[in-house]
Amino acid sequence: MAKGNRPSTEVNSGSMADIAFLLLIFFLVTTTIANDKGIAMLLPPKPDPNQPPPEVTKNDRNIFKILANSQDRLLVEDEPLEDVTELKEMVKTFVLNFGSPGEEGIGIYNSMPPNVKNYINANGRRADYSDDPTEAVVSFKADRGTSYELFVQVLDEINAAYNEVYGERVGITAQEFLQLDRKDPDQDRMYDRARQGIPRAISIAEPNKASGG
Amino acid sequence: MAKFKKKTNTSNDIPTAALPDIIFMLLFFFMVTTVMRETDIMVKQQLPRATQLSKLERKSLVSYIYIGEPKKPELFGSEPKIQVNDVFVNVDDIILFVNQEKDKLSEAERDQITMSMKVDIEAKMGLVSDVQQELREANARKLLYSSIQRIDR
Repeated sequence: MAKGNRPSTEVNSGSMADIAFLLLIFFLVTTTIANDKGIAMLLPPKPDPNQPPPEVTKNDRNIFKILANSQDRLLVEDEPLEDVTELKEMVKTFVLNFGSPGEEGIGIYNSMPPNVKNYINANGRRADYSDDPTEAVVSFKADRGTSYELFVQVLDEINAAYNEVYGERVGITAQEFLQLDRKDPDQDRMYDRARQGIPRAISIAEPNKASGG
Repeated sequence: MAKFKKKTNTSNDIPTAALPDIIFMLLFFFMVTTVMRETDIMVKQQLPRATQLSKLERKSLVSYIYIGEPKKPELFGSEPKIQVNDVFVNVDDIILFVNQEKDKLSEAERDQITMSMKVDIEAKMGLVSDVQQELREANARKLLYSSIQRIDR
């Protein structure tokens, strides 16, 4: 046998890249980047038919009322509001009002860093806002005709206010507060310290059955 | 001039043997990160924008409810509809759907089921709150209003 006539034993791997490209393009096309982010909320438990609905015993000043009608207009604390973005500041002042704090409220006030105390003394202490954060409730009622967009916007503003309160309490921003990882013991402790005593009391009322104007 | 021209021994072609490896690396990256589209979404989905978003912790606990105007108004009308899995359902069927989803989870995890509401911004709150009432009834209380991060402000 002549030495030069032996067929080459190498597999031609030049088209390997092409095959891989083909697969790559397939996966590129079918990929959907998961955008599973959103505003988390916990619904109240279902009403017990044997028990009458609980009476509202809260003082009127402890409830921050937001109403939205079917024309997507807002009524906040009995006054019309045009700009949704103002809500955050209003809710924040409402929660951090300390009008006549109870014992727990005083404890929360004392746990606040100096800049929040200054904020409270400058903006708070209003007679028509909440007694202290443990008592404060934000109530949001939308009409059946309200658009979902406005609903999410309002909910976002309320949550932003609460997250800012929590964040400032431990000296971080609202975004940083949201990104706290509760699996990490240090961050979990921080989270608990921020949340302690201030419930995220957002009440979403059921819209009226009949859709009026 | 020719006498200065040196004869070089280096070869001119770039070795392409590593090219398939690079492509494979990319391929594996996309294979791992890919989530196959399970359902065909038949409703319009323009999600609202918000700033205070939290991430879902465990994908396996999540079920999706899509609400919006049907993409094919000539077939399904132009009123916003509720879609779960691959079908349009009525409000009364939500409890059934939640129970089916709960059955897929193990006993211990059933209470932690999270419903992700993917609602078009043009949908009205009436329908959304009807769905919420049913979810309360079905004891699936963890909810996520799916939205997109807003950058401004």
